[in-house]
Order: sequence, then structure tokens, then C-alpha cells
Amino acid sequence: MTMLNASRRMWRASPLTYIGLILAVLISIFPFYFMFVIGTRTNDQIHDTPPPFTPSGNFGDNFGRVVDIKEVYFWGGLLNSLIVCVTITVSVLITSTLAGFAFAKLKFKGRNFLLLAVLATMMVPTQLGIIPLYGMFQDLGLFDNLLAVIIPFLTSAFGVFMMRQYASSAVSDELIEAARVDGCSTLRIYWSVVLPALRPAAGVLGLLIFMENWNSFLWPYAILQENPTIQVSLYHITRQFYTDYSMVFAATSVATIPLVLVFIVFGRQIIGGLMEGAVKA
Amino acid sequence: MSLSTTTTPHARVEHRGRPSRPGPTRIGRLTRLDLKTSPYLYIAPFFIIFGIFGLYPMVWTLWMSLHKWNLVDQRRNAFIGFDNYVELFKTEFFWNAVINTFGMFVLATVPQLLLALFLANLLNRPLLKAKTFWRLAVFVPNATSVAAVAIVFGTLFARDFGVVNWVLSLVGIGRDDPIEWHAEEWSSWIAISTMVDWRWTGYNALILLAGMQAIPRDLYESASIDGAGQWKQFWSITLPMLRPTFIFDNGSTLGGNQRQYQTITMYMVENSIDNVSRAGYGAAVAWSLFLMIILASFANYLLVRRTVR
Repeated sequence: MTMLNASRRMWRASPLTYIGLILAVLISIFPFYFMFVIGTRTNDQIHDTPPPFTPSGNFGDNFGRVVDIKEVYFWGGLLNSLIVCVTITVSVLITSTLAGFAFAKLKFKGRNFLLLAVLATMMVPTQLGIIPLYGMFQDLGLFDNLLAVIIPFLTSAFGVFMMRQYASSAVSDELIEAARVDGCSTLRIYWSVVLPALRPAAGVLGLLIFMENWNSFLWPYAILQENPTIQVSLYHITRQFYTDYSMVFAATSVATIPLVLVFIVFGRQIIGGLMEGAVKA
Repeated sequence: MSLSTTTTPHARVEHRGRPSRPGPTRIGRLTRLDLKTSPYLYIAPFFIIFGIFGLYPMVWTLWMSLHKWNLVDQRRNAFIGFDNYVELFKTEFFWNAVINTFGMFVLATVPQLLLALFLANLLNRPLLKAKTFWRLAVFVPNATSVAAVAIVFGTLFARDFGVVNWVLSLVGIGRDDPIEWHAEEWSSWIAISTMVDWRWTGYNALILLAGMQAIPRDLYESASIDGAGQWKQFWSITLPMLRPTFIFDNGSTLGGNQRQYQTITMYMVENSIDNVSRAGYGAAVAWSLFLMIILASFANYLLVRRTVR
């Protein structure tokens, strides 16, 4: 028994462990908290020494200033981001589960090569093609149109790969075979056998895609002007009113809320999926 | 990562008395068509979208970068070879960006992985209470938008009223002459690296934690029977067993840290979309950035392989 003590000690959580973790959590949370604090203060108070560390009652006033400035389209930006993210997420989920199913469970010529091609595309940064894309969408008459920030992102290489990995282990070949013998079409098999099995992983993918697109900035900034997404609108606020900290921080707080909500509700699944992916891949 | 798939032999099962081989009826032909075409139909959306909005613009950008190119008035475009690249390599901006990218890369990556390892080690206690809470809390920074993070950290690192300088002044650093986090090279690297690390350390810790939990526990048990202490076990079991996770992890870190390149991408937009007659030059910026990312990934890979070995 005593011989195992060293090993036991490694598994136990000592007070020091908790102190370390509490410190880590404080550092993680502090910038959020500080953002909110400044958003509830008057603008002069940010210059105080020591800096303000507790919220005050000025949030309504600060946020009121944000919504009053017409050129930054704050509410519109929020709504646009919601529309864009929901559309993209739904589309990525459908296309990724379909392609993942095909790559994992269907036999066709060139399968491995095509899967490698999908992986290779993950290396390409989206910024690379922005200049011609800008020209393309302008020619299509889609400048300042939400379609321009939706269409290029309707599919995701990461999504295809993640669903493929998950489908290989989560969907049983026997079930698919049995459904075939029953006369099910491939689409029917996708719908009633594959999709239900993929649901947990698809949920994680959906959340990751939503978060990624909520935060995307460069391309929306280039192609949208009077019809911005929330990140673009935030950028305009910071650039034009950078001295008005309390207003900028009130706006940033509100823009962060949807993400934090998504996170609080689904965080457990996201983390589970993420950690599972790390070991499997 | 395995690309192999399990292949099941076609099961010829008699089912509900139906004949096992349907004749060349209409339904049979449809089924064969379905089997043949469905896979391609299912993967087609990805390749179509990537082809039109990923590959084509990428190649087009390369083509543009070899031209004097005007986005609006294309009649005066002219092939100029590598002149755009030569011009770019002559600017101080470009070399600053290169130095910044690699400087911050070293400053951000190394502490980030060490901290993540430490944090993962703290989280990896089976008897830890409120596990999910701790995991969520360290992952939360990753859920924020980079724009928001930049705004908040810009303020935290402000010269005269920033929280960081205030804390430093409490311990007597820079009381009369506060540090200019935004102006000087070294200090700005530290500030930006701090921001990047804040956003990514928790994420990395979770990935490493997943790797740690996949290590069989008997290894530790038998090591301690052999008299190996806690640190010895960490060095001789945990670290070597984490190697594959480390490499995976580092690959994904780099993608996320693309934030570091933001100054360059903004420069690219300024030189193409904001100033349409300079689109060729902007395209050269884009391709240089792409090559730089590939180089950085490679350097990163080598660095990690060395360190972990």
C-alpha cells in the first residue's frame, strides 16, 4: 500500500492544485469582467488610479450612445450576424454530415485521394483569396449583401473531416447493410441511420462553426459597408470613438453576450467533443 | 490519423423472402444508379464551393501578383513578373512584419505550451471536484471574438491608466516612467503575446489533458512501485506519452494564432480593395503571407519535435 503512495499523490487534488486553478480561472475571467466594469462607468473613471474594479450604474447611458449613432448600425449588425451564422451553421452541418458519411461508409473510386484533398484545403488561409473574391462579388452585384459573407462558407473542410472521423466509428456497417437489404435508398439511409448516430458530434461541430463565424472579421469588413456584421460594426465603433472607452466597452460587452450564452449552455459538449477529437485524430 | 475504413463484405442475406439478386427491373437500375452516384453527389457541395471560392481565387491571386493590376479598370493591367514582390521586399513594413511575426511566435508559443502543460497537469486529477467547471472556465477566453479581445487588452496595456502598468507600479516597476506597451518593439511583443496566450492556453491545456487521460494508469502504478517520484513520473511517462498530442496541438495552435498576421492582412486590404489600382501589389502581399505561414508552421513543427523529444 505504501509503495503506491507516490502514485496516489499524483492523482489527488491538493489545496495547491485548487489555488493554481483558481488563479487560472481569475485570469481567464478578468478581461471579461473588466470589459463589463468599464462599460458601466463614466468615461472619465477609466483614468482613475487605481483603475475601477467594480461595476457602476452607467451601462444604460453608455449603450444608449452606441445605438444612437446611425453609421455604426449596431442592432443591424447583431441581427445580420445572427442570420449569417445560423444559415452557415445549418448548411455546414448538412453538407459535412453527407460528405462525412460518404467518405466513411460508401465505396467509390478516388475516395482516399479526395479525402486527402479535403485535408489539404485546410491549410489554405481564407485571407489568401480575398482580393479576387471582392471582384467576383462586386461583379455579381452582391457588394454590401449578406450573401457575400454566407456563400463562400457554406461548407467546411474541417467539418467534413470531423464528421468523417466520427462516422467511421459511430455508424455500424451492419445497420447500413440491413437497411440496404430492406430496399432503402442511400439518402434514406443517411436520414434514418447515419444522421441520428452523428447527432452528438454534429452538435459540437455546429457550435464551433457558429463561434468561428460570429467572430470572423476581415472578409465581412472588406465586402460589407452599410449592412455590416457585428464585428465590423464593433470595428467602426472602436475606430471612430476610440476615446470613449465606456461606450466602446458597453458595445463590446453586448456583442460578446450571444457567444457567452452559447458557451454557458453548450460548453460541456464543446469541450467533450474537442477533447475526444484530440485523442482520436 | 487513419484513413483506412472498415470494409464489410457484401452481405447476401435472404430477407423477408425477397430474391437476393433483383433482376434488371426499373428499381434495380435505379438502385445501381443510386449506389454509383450518391457518394459523389454527397461530397460535391464541398468541392464545388471550395473550387469556386477557395481554389480559384487563390490561383487568381497568384496570377494578379505577377501583374500591375487594377481591380476596377482592367484594360491597363500589365504583366510585370516579380516586380510586386521586389517592391514588397524593399519596404521596411514587410520586414517589420516578418520580424514581428516570428518574434511574437517564439514569445507566444513557448510560454503558452509550458503553461498549458502545467494547467493540464492540475486538471488531470481524478479526485478533482467540479471538473467541468474548471474546464469550462479555462476554455472561456477562446470563445471571445478577437476584435473584443484586442479592445480589452489594448486598454489593459494602456500607458497611463492601464491595469497592467498600475499593478507593476505597485511593485515599483516603471512608477515614474511607465512602460509604453504600444510603442516599443519588445514591449508590444510581450503585450500581444500575452493576449494570444490568454486566448489559447486554456484550449491547449484541454487538448493536452485529453492526451494525458489516454495514458494507461498502470504505467504510473508500476513506476511508483519501482520507486519513481512524482516529477520523475511526469518526465519519464507523461511527457513522452504526450508527444503525438503535442504535435497535433501545435498544428491547431498555429491556425488560431493567425491573429498575429492581422496587421499584414489589413495592409493587404489597404493595397487592393481600398486602393484598387494597387491590387497586384496586394496580391503579392497575400501570397507572401501564405508562404510565411507555411514556413512558420514548418519551423513550429521542428521546434516542437525537438523540445518534446
